[in-house]
Amino acid sequence: MNIVFVLVPLGLMLLALAGWAFLWAVNHEQFEELDRAAQSILFEDADDQLGPPASERAPEP
Amino acid sequence: MCCAGCQAVSEMIVSLGLEAFYERREGVSQRREAALPDPLERLLAFDDPELQREFVKTEGDDRVATFSIDGMRCAACAWLIERSLAEQPGVRSVQVGMATPRARVTWDPDRTSVSVLLRAVSEIGYAARPDLPDENDDREAALGRQELRRLGVAGLGAMQVMMYAVALYAGALQGIETEYRSFLRGVSWLVATIVVLYAARPFFERAWRDLRVLRPGMDVPVALAIGGAYLASTAATWTGSGEVYFDSVCMFTFFLGLGRMVERRARSRCETTVRTLLRNVPETARRIEDDGERWIPRRQLEPGDRVIVSPGETIPADGIIVEGSSSLSEALISGESSPVARHLGDAVIGGSQNIESPLVVSITRVGADSTLAAIASLLDRAQFEKIRIAQVADQVARYFVVGILVLTLVVGSVWWQIAGAGALWVVLSLLVVTCPCALSLATPVALATATHALAQRGFLVTRGHTLETLARVNRVVFDKTGTLTTGAPEIGSVVMVSNIGAAEAIARCTALETRSNHPLARAFRDASDPSSVAPREAINFESVSGCGVSARLDGVTHRLGRPDWVSAIFSGECSEAKLEPPIGEQSWVLLGDPSGPLAWIGIKFELRNDSEAVVRWLIEDDLDVTLLSGDPSLTEVNRVAEFLGIDHVVGGATPAEKLDCLRALQRDGDVVAAVGDGVNDAPLLASAAVSVAMGGGTDLSRTTADAVLLGDRLDSLVDAIQLARRTRRIIYQNLGWAALYNAAAVPLAAIGAVPPYLAAIGMSASSLLVVCNSLRLGRPVRSNR
Repeated sequence: MNIVFVLVPLGLMLLALAGWAFLWAVNHEQFEELDRAAQSILFEDADDQLGPPASERAPEP
Repeated sequence: MCCAGCQAVSEMIVSLGLEAFYERREGVSQRREAALPDPLERLLAFDDPELQREFVKTEGDDRVATFSIDGMRCAACAWLIERSLAEQPGVRSVQVGMATPRARVTWDPDRTSVSVLLRAVSEIGYAARPDLPDENDDREAALGRQELRRLGVAGLGAMQVMMYAVALYAGALQGIETEYRSFLRGVSWLVATIVVLYAARPFFERAWRDLRVLRPGMDVPVALAIGGAYLASTAATWTGSGEVYFDSVCMFTFFLGLGRMVERRARSRCETTVRTLLRNVPETARRIEDDGERWIPRRQLEPGDRVIVSPGETIPADGIIVEGSSSLSEALISGESSPVARHLGDAVIGGSQNIESPLVVSITRVGADSTLAAIASLLDRAQFEKIRIAQVADQVARYFVVGILVLTLVVGSVWWQIAGAGALWVVLSLLVVTCPCALSLATPVALATATHALAQRGFLVTRGHTLETLARVNRVVFDKTGTLTTGAPEIGSVVMVSNIGAAEAIARCTALETRSNHPLARAFRDASDPSSVAPREAINFESVSGCGVSARLDGVTHRLGRPDWVSAIFSGECSEAKLEPPIGEQSWVLLGDPSGPLAWIGIKFELRNDSEAVVRWLIEDDLDVTLLSGDPSLTEVNRVAEFLGIDHVVGGATPAEKLDCLRALQRDGDVVAAVGDGVNDAPLLASAAVSVAMGGGTDLSRTTADAVLLGDRLDSLVDAIQLARRTRRIIYQNLGWAALYNAAAVPLAAIGAVPPYLAAIGMSASSLLVVCNSLRLGRPVRSNR
């Protein structure tokens, strides 16, 4: 059971890492605009493989 | 495609390989024009270092600026703008925000310039303008980030400590060697210390502040619970005896922080309406100067400056059109989406968008004097004024806290006799579970949400009590002119009773009314034909409320208004019959001079097209409706009332009589909402339980009305009454829930049936429930009209 003396501090280090990552994300404004990120998945940079093609929608200027 | 601009844009999009825009965009843009790209030379002005100092920041070798973007409708727009900016050489990064249509761009000044960036945006059909940084916004964002950091730390810490707590609880049941137990407790202490010192700090600060002014608020029991449990557990850890509660401490901090954050966000979203309102005014304006036109920061605009506003641009400040005519969208101010026509000499409001053709506007009011600033400060005032029920709830909450502290002391000492050290966790639960957060949150969040929702529909609440009173209203009193009828009357017929010509009579009336702000005056202003009869100067102008206007024309006193008041200046006797208005469905006013009556002028008022529906809704909803009118021709008043189905009519009333009528109604126990045009009925509005002014004529910065119909549309009154009732219902639900919860939780916690973790969950869930219930008010009103 002495292994806990190694594992628990190791866990603490991971916790510190997680905490640091979280603070980094907050400080770099990763949580400022949550809606856009959710929608960005819909916009493919390359020719997209999903979704109906333009021709099936009403043509619009 | 409707025009060359659209075609250019569409070709541009396709040639950039961005066809996906057409697949993704949600809804077709409603802007009819504005798609023509800005001429490059106009944008070059933005490269002026003098102008740039205001809005461009330097980060290392790069430049950073924020641009506000006009015409952004959906995620597809944001994506398109982001893509096309990112493809510009020299652009390092682009972020386009959806909530506030703004783009934040970082670029290399050696490879590109502001004008090129603006050009890129304008080529795809949007108008980008530099945006000045707003310190208030930055501070708000920084506060939000700080809160999120604390919450995250509390959450991570709570998870970790709870894990150790599982081991410790299991150990307590099955037996655990002291060295492991001490180690786990030590580690828990380490994590909990960080949580308490960092994440729970605001609670201690606020509790200390409350205690110093001897007004214990809800943070006092919270701070006591967290601090007490932490200190007791720390002592237990170092002495190696007793119980530790680090898990409860961390979890409690986390849940409480979560509840506070949800509440603060809900409230700040309502507050940002005000700022979004101001944000929509462009930060730059194109001023006409002696040597041509020049872009200047809006803050440098002064009354008297003349600015050019192209189609698609937003008018930078309140002003008067001095060149051109166009249609403007005032959706921002009034919630009215269809554009309104504005011509030479018309006033325009800063923040409305020019849709059709270029305008030159002479600025009349800027900064704090402007309409938008007035709206913003009225909204602010409404939110700062606490309504009675909220004050009562605050009072109750304060006594409740003191009561809880005393009760805790009693319960704690009793448990000390029974269970010794075990009393600590009962005390802890009691302090936590009874935190009167829900009680304090019940009203403010609901009110803020409702105020915000109504402002978006063109119903501006300017007082704290407005919504509360509006929900209780059982009689609506309309002052006819300018409310049920439009504010734009016309001259119907002119009946001569003397030998001056009709054109001459109209010319005299026009001269008399030039300086009057009564709605009637507009009829003459629109009708006057300066070519036929020479305009003349009115001196000794005087306007007598409820009677008419008088002034000297060519040295002779003239009066225009109610016949009995006009007849007072007649030098000779005048028979009663001559003061009888002609027959006809019009409002009649008499023009007279000392020699006797000169002419009857018939004024026609058009009914607003929504008055009928609004009155019908009010009557169907069991509200009594009264029509008050100062109009002496009773036939006309009765005709309007009959047409609308109003059965209680008071016609031909002077302002004093209107007031008496209103007071009589209120004496009979009616809760009266008075609706007036906001210009001539200030006393009436001031005496009613709740007053609503039409936005058209109202000077917003000086209005005393409890609410203003910004869009000049009557039907938002119906929305407002409905929403006010829903608000009241939700406030009662919230208060009821808070009372029920505390009534049930206190005895349970006092007999020791609630473990600390359950107390933390219960309290936070209760606050969240109240906040979420209030947020329901932000959803669209179900229309049953």
